[in-house]
Amino acid sequence: MLIGFLILLLFQFAGELIVVFSGLPVPGPVVGMVLLLMGLIIKGEVPEYLRIPSEALLKHLALLFVPAGVGLMTHFGLLKQDWLAILVALIVSTALTIVVTALILNPSAKKLHRLSRVKHGQDTLGEDSH
Amino acid sequence: MEFWTFFAAKPLMWLIVTIATFIVTSWLNRRLGGTPLLHPVLVSLFLIIVFLLLTGTSYETYFEGAQFIHFLLGPATVALAVPLFDHFERVKKLLLPLLLACMAGAVTAAASALLVAQALDASLGTLLSIAPKSVTSAIAIGVAEKLGGYPSLASGLVLITGALGCILAPPIYHILNVTDEAVKGFTLGVSAHGMGTAFAFEYGLMAGAFGGLAMGMTGAFTAFMLPLLVPLLGIG
Repeated sequence: MLIGFLILLLFQFAGELIVVFSGLPVPGPVVGMVLLLMGLIIKGEVPEYLRIPSEALLKHLALLFVPAGVGLMTHFGLLKQDWLAILVALIVSTALTIVVTALILNPSAKKLHRLSRVKHGQDTLGEDSH
Repeated sequence: MEFWTFFAAKPLMWLIVTIATFIVTSWLNRRLGGTPLLHPVLVSLFLIIVFLLLTGTSYETYFEGAQFIHFLLGPATVALAVPLFDHFERVKKLLLPLLLACMAGAVTAAASALLVAQALDASLGTLLSIAPKSVTSAIAIGVAEKLGGYPSLASGLVLITGALGCILAPPIYHILNVTDEAVKGFTLGVSAHGMGTAFAFEYGLMAGAFGGLAMGMTGAFTAFMLPLLVPLLGIG
């Protein structure tokens, strides 16, 4: 558990270092996540000591958004000024995204269905994670 | 009053308020059948902000305590690689159509939101905060910061997008005649991140698994895509 947590921090650290030295405009933890994914693909499995802290963190992921979200209270002026633009943009773009993604994927529906039915029952991201 | 002054100035107080509020709102949401409109994060934000305003507490004071929770977002984002790897193993033979759908969906989400908001005269800070609205807050908060937007505004917009996705998806599936569980789940994950994924589990386990895969893929892709797309659209 502790080793797994340390591994997550080290991958985050590696991600932050790469971002600082390359000037890549991407968050350090995202680079760390890509590095860890590559490591797992090379290793071929998720070791138990990494799975336990990872799933513990992800189970409560939604809680971790609260501190940043409360910062909305510093943006009331912006919200008052831009609320209509924000609302229209979110509705239009969410509907368009659903249409585009579904239309591209729909022709592959049968294949997706067949393939994933064989390997079922694996652990999936729980409903608390966002 | 002396006790209040003493306690309110302590980081511990805001740590307790944040966790306790979230536990109560999660419980309430479960009791109400898990509706995305009363998502525990949305309700927690509302309650905590009201509480801070009523007690005249600044966000800086609150964050002195809440930062200990906020810090865990970093390792949690890295941890997203674990479920992503699990899903990849399952569907690697079909990666091409999935990647294509994810990339097209992610570009559509960001570009259409930016163009509509820009046409309606939204300010630059709003535009840069709206760009990552379709990806999980774990990633959107960091992306908004990198782009020069407001992380807190971005995390609020992410939640509203999640709720909208859960409301809009069923009628759109009906109109487009989308009936397959995997397609429904993946589409929800691309357009509405973790909230869409949670909603997809109502269609079945397979829909939920594809939602989780889509959420991870879209988040990672968007983080690398937005720094290129934003200047391309002449913003910033």
